[in-house]
Amino acid sequence: MGISAPPADWFKAPSGTERAWIGLALLWCIVLTLAMPYWHFKGKQNSTGEAYAVEPAKFAARVQSFVASNKVDEKNGIPVVEAAPGGDAYLQAQMWTFYPILKFRKGQTYRLHISSTDIQHGFSLLPINMNFQVLPGYDHVLTITPTMTGDFPIICNEFCGIGHHQMTGKIIVTE
Amino acid sequence: MTTMDPTVEGAVAETPADAAEPKGNHLPGLSRICGTTGFTVDLTAQKFIQLNAVAAVVCLLIGGIAALLVALTRWPAVHLLPAEWYYRMVTLHGLSMLILWIIFFEIAVLYFAGTVLLKSRLASATAAWISFIMMVVGGGMVAAMVLTGKADVMFTSYAPLKAHQLYYLGVILFAVGTLIGVINFFATIYIAKRDKTYKGSVPLVVFGAITAGIIAVATLLHGAAIYIPTWLWALGVIPNMDPAVYRLVFWGLGHPSQQINVAAMVSVWYLLSAITVGGKVLNQGVSRVAFLFYILFINLASAHHLLVDPGVSAGWKIWNTSYAMYLAVLASMIHGYTVPASVEVALRKQGHDKGLFGWLGAAPWGNPGFSGFFLSLLIFGFIGGITGVTLGTEQINIIAHNTLRIPGHFHSTVVGGTTLAFMAVTYYVVPLIFRREFPLRAICKLQPYVFALGIAMVSFGMSFAGSYGVSRRHWDIEFTGATHAAGYDASVHVWLALVGIGGIVAFTGLLMYVLPVVGAVFFGKKIDGKMTPW
Repeated sequence: MGISAPPADWFKAPSGTERAWIGLALLWCIVLTLAMPYWHFKGKQNSTGEAYAVEPAKFAARVQSFVASNKVDEKNGIPVVEAAPGGDAYLQAQMWTFYPILKFRKGQTYRLHISSTDIQHGFSLLPINMNFQVLPGYDHVLTITPTMTGDFPIICNEFCGIGHHQMTGKIIVTE
Repeated sequence: MTTMDPTVEGAVAETPADAAEPKGNHLPGLSRICGTTGFTVDLTAQKFIQLNAVAAVVCLLIGGIAALLVALTRWPAVHLLPAEWYYRMVTLHGLSMLILWIIFFEIAVLYFAGTVLLKSRLASATAAWISFIMMVVGGGMVAAMVLTGKADVMFTSYAPLKAHQLYYLGVILFAVGTLIGVINFFATIYIAKRDKTYKGSVPLVVFGAITAGIIAVATLLHGAAIYIPTWLWALGVIPNMDPAVYRLVFWGLGHPSQQINVAAMVSVWYLLSAITVGGKVLNQGVSRVAFLFYILFINLASAHHLLVDPGVSAGWKIWNTSYAMYLAVLASMIHGYTVPASVEVALRKQGHDKGLFGWLGAAPWGNPGFSGFFLSLLIFGFIGGITGVTLGTEQINIIAHNTLRIPGHFHSTVVGGTTLAFMAVTYYVVPLIFRREFPLRAICKLQPYVFALGIAMVSFGMSFAGSYGVSRRHWDIEFTGATHAAGYDASVHVWLALVGIGGIVAFTGLLMYVLPVVGAVFFGKKIDGKMTPW
């Protein structure tokens, strides 16, 4: 019984069904352990965690220069910016918006740089539901290839103050 | 179950009859013999078990009220609180439940396991007072800062989001108070060993409590490593807090503190298996090695909070999602087998031997100590375990991070598992330690079922809403007034309604626990001899 002292010779090898259960559980644990590295290399949707140190002001300047040279349109006063295929795109998270609106082409690959200029935010792409952490001081680089066309909202999913639930952004993917 | 005598006889029977009973080390006049179980209870320990348990239940009620308000706000058809108060209540709910309720109760569990089960006195009444007062003052400061709007930072307080410095100081005081309580527990184990109040190895439940204590020390040191610099930063002494470093060290506190809960909960399972049905431990070695695995490996689960963070490499993620995680999972798989097996073996021996599951049908389902324990085992094992292992996968984390799937997971572990187990053991703590009979016994017998149903609904609702991307800690799923329109699949309304209704059911279950407990402790009939069996 668990509340009384065990007999002196309590250390025994497991036997019977208990032994079988432990063996089965261990086997499954080994399968899962091997599946983790396997799927990191075999799977098509992984985050490598590529990131660089960047001062928030310098990141904001990179966003500005990206907008100035790649702006293709404007919606409600917010620039729509198209990155060159294979090139870099920049997204700035700040209380309480994602800036600017990004435009991508389906099937092209981009290096998307995300960072925050104030506090922590969360990048959550709807409706496909992909989520990444956005930290000030860290340029988080995601290598992405859009596979669908359409308008995709970005929402913030890390609490960032009273306007948190109004913090959104947009990615447009065209043919 | 009509009597709990077989239990007590079982407890005595396992001690070799020929050996002389070890003698306790209690101070003269400061112990009593329990009329129900025959255990010697140290009166100093009894007082501090009572104080910490009462503080725990008060915090549970506060956290429960906050929980109901939060659940009714997440239910879009009700959307009860304004945004500011929603975020404030989420913060209060997290702190009062995950920190205050659970840790106060755990200190009570440690004092119980260290003294009553080892026939020892509590090492130091002074240390127990200092610990308790620091925890109350620290917890009070945290709650005051949150309620006055000076700490709208959520449970995680991710820097550079900043709270009032007294908030961090409150957390530090509470943590240091806890550490003193844990050290007092270890000192108790030491004097019990020194005074030879027990023979050979400690009982399994004490072994599990020691596991929880060891993990608690490691956890609280991480807590110091993150909260002291953050406090200095809030005071202006340190200019900057690196957000990624904050997250890494914070989760060195945040996740292992849940492993204290797991170890304490599994100990309570073994305890309740023993006292409700006289459960036998199949293999002491297997169960103890499984506890050891928790100490060695489960802290690696901290890494799962950082799987979509910048600043941690792919190699780090692969390492932390593979080997060690599964050795901790193995430990839970073992307890998930040995605990119900201990019940089965005991019930079969009592003659309930029909078919494969005859013993299960014959189990004392009307005893809330048993039903609460067994439901806790089922919810923790099936819902909590499966969601936890799934979310700890690198790729799945991308679609789950910061969505409602995360609270969907931990409400089934910390609430459906730990909290329900602690509720179940209360049905023995009150008659045996407070020596008061429960009033409203029909309500008590129903309580574990109502609470378990409510939490299962909350957990399912959150998990399914989260799988559509619905964010956790978020006030408005319609994104009214946002720069760019956004929204979710319409079906999330159904899942969020399930969260709201489940929240009402669970809160009802919580009141069905708190009211009889308060009624028993303050107005219950005094027990002189044996408690009325459940």
